[in-house]
Amino acid sequence: MSILINKDTKVIVQGITGATGLFHTQQAIEYGTNIVGGVTPGKGGTEIEGIPVFNTVEDAVKATGANASVVYVPPPFAADAIMEAVDSELDLVICITEGIPVLDMVKVKRYMEGKKTRLVGPNCPGVITPDECKIGIMPGYIHKKGHVGVVSRSGTLTYEAVHQLSTRGIGQSTAVGIGGDPVNGTNFIDVLKEFNEDEDTYAVIMIGEIGGTAEEEAAEWIKANMTKPVVGFIGGQTAPPGKRMGHAGAIISGGKGTAAEKIKTLESCGVKVAETPAVMGETLVASLKENNLLEKCITHKV
Amino acid sequence: MNIHEYQGKEILRKYGVSVPNGKVAFTVDEAVEAAKELGSSVNVVKAQIHAGGRGKAGGVKVAKNLEEVRTYASEILGKTLVTHQTGPEGKEVKRLLIEEGCDIKKEYYIGLVLDRATSRIVMMASEEGGTEIEEVAEQTPEKIFKEIVDPVVGLQGFQARRLAFNINIPKELVGQAVKFMMGLYTVFVDKDCSIAEINPLVTTGDGRVMALDAKFNFDSNALYRQKDIIEFRDLDEEDQKEIEASKYDLSYISLDGNIGCMVNGAGLAMSTMDIIKHYSGDPANFLDVGGGATAEKVTEAFKIILSDENVKGIFVNIFGGIMKCDIIAEGVVEATKQVGLSLPLVVRLEGTNVELGKKILDESGLNITSADSMADGAEKIVSLVK
Repeated sequence: MSILINKDTKVIVQGITGATGLFHTQQAIEYGTNIVGGVTPGKGGTEIEGIPVFNTVEDAVKATGANASVVYVPPPFAADAIMEAVDSELDLVICITEGIPVLDMVKVKRYMEGKKTRLVGPNCPGVITPDECKIGIMPGYIHKKGHVGVVSRSGTLTYEAVHQLSTRGIGQSTAVGIGGDPVNGTNFIDVLKEFNEDEDTYAVIMIGEIGGTAEEEAAEWIKANMTKPVVGFIGGQTAPPGKRMGHAGAIISGGKGTAAEKIKTLESCGVKVAETPAVMGETLVASLKENNLLEKCITHKV
Repeated sequence: MNIHEYQGKEILRKYGVSVPNGKVAFTVDEAVEAAKELGSSVNVVKAQIHAGGRGKAGGVKVAKNLEEVRTYASEILGKTLVTHQTGPEGKEVKRLLIEEGCDIKKEYYIGLVLDRATSRIVMMASEEGGTEIEEVAEQTPEKIFKEIVDPVVGLQGFQARRLAFNINIPKELVGQAVKFMMGLYTVFVDKDCSIAEINPLVTTGDGRVMALDAKFNFDSNALYRQKDIIEFRDLDEEDQKEIEASKYDLSYISLDGNIGCMVNGAGLAMSTMDIIKHYSGDPANFLDVGGGATAEKVTEAFKIILSDENVKGIFVNIFGGIMKCDIIAEGVVEATKQVGLSLPLVVRLEGTNVELGKKILDESGLNITSADSMADGAEKIVSLVK
């Protein structure tokens, strides 16, 4: 088991003929992801890498029965691409694109109200269920199948965490990058809920960063609902206030959204927080031991 | 992206939002000339820098005649203002706003920001104008009123009216205040603002409602469709290295320390700063080379780091996903050769093509310390710069 995606997920790629879209489509196919089609307006009827290309998402879904989409469309057109996927009632849309104007995303969120689609991202590395399905830009080979869920606002920090787990023999159920933008489709709580209900996930690593209060809200939710151990990490402990640290959402404004505040709230809600990014794996191992879960979480030899 | 107060007021004027008459001046003579043209009995001489707290730092003066305009203008122009937002080094004043004085009856606060919890724009208002809104939020949160805006229909009249009544705008001026708020919302949406703050908004003795100050911040993701806003960019207000970095699409932020950092990914870049600090070092910068970096981009990143005189050593921390380790390695070797690097360099590579990357570094013949992990790298660079 896993969350959001598995071996049965049928994926279409929006922006498949662009350089980024094509490169990551090849990588995904190599990994074993079931890519069933692509969408590039005006290129319908052609094929790329043996994958049929359609003019619209609607056409692609009709012809392939896809239930998920990944968006590599450039920022000015990405919001439109997401809404097109939502209109076609896909279960899941994962938007990798970085740099979408915030007000475009405000409209997208409003448009999605009452619709069935889940959006992950934008500005995220994607989602991977090891050995089954990889949708996004993460390096597939560092992931191993297992029982720890990973959820993160940052791409490379997710890889760092996954790498620290895999090299300790601890596999992952699913790793979800929710993205670094201030307005995104899926938040920590959405993913934590899924992990909580997934019988194959035994523990979770949650990686946050400065800006906003998503981590604090997640901490309160964990305290009230989570039945599995969660450990955390917060990036940006030394970030100066008022500066946007790469991610559009990573900014301390008006004294709010600091790492110290987030760490305090997480700890007070029973989430152990790794002191440095280098000890995310160690912190999880300690928590697994405490909960008698370590043995069950060791999935492979290193 | 930030702009100056006078530029913000220009935008407001275009949208029919009332602001006092004023003109920008770059020299003392221009300031006096501007005051003459305004023809007001009282003028305000205001320093134009991208930071708040100008009044307390002596950057805002009320002049009762042209002579005083000249005196204050020459006093403020060229002066380095130190406010709570400039940092201890302060900011030199190169532009002034000469504005007609007005008879202030009461000061209010109006602000628009994105509310991350609801993913919508929120308009906030308070009758505690003139003080920082964070302070009001801290001490008297009940004095801040909020209206969440539905993006489909925009700010509605009833919402603006409710805000106006809640903050006790005199009822004969509520109509003007509503018009003001609706105009400000339109500016926010049309211009892709991330912050629009009017503090203070004032009511005057002659029965007007106007913006006495204007602070705007724009969504950098949306600048591609805001050509007129880009025109307002003032490079004097930005860090030279940050300007250089933006040319190559590198995300760079200057800090005070002596360890230069080059990292891929914003989260990892932030945590690299954290871990350097954890080992009692001081990062000189935040630098995310991004996902699609080329050897050329890495070379430029390296040059920018080295242009900071404080840098005594460099830590390259890469987890290659999209970004392949061999590309980073090539860039590092290329840059080291181009700039003739003599400082300690610690490189930690992990991820796609890591072996190839390490091989390139090893075979380069350069003095590069390699690290096995992030912690190892941070410890090594901290001990090397001591």
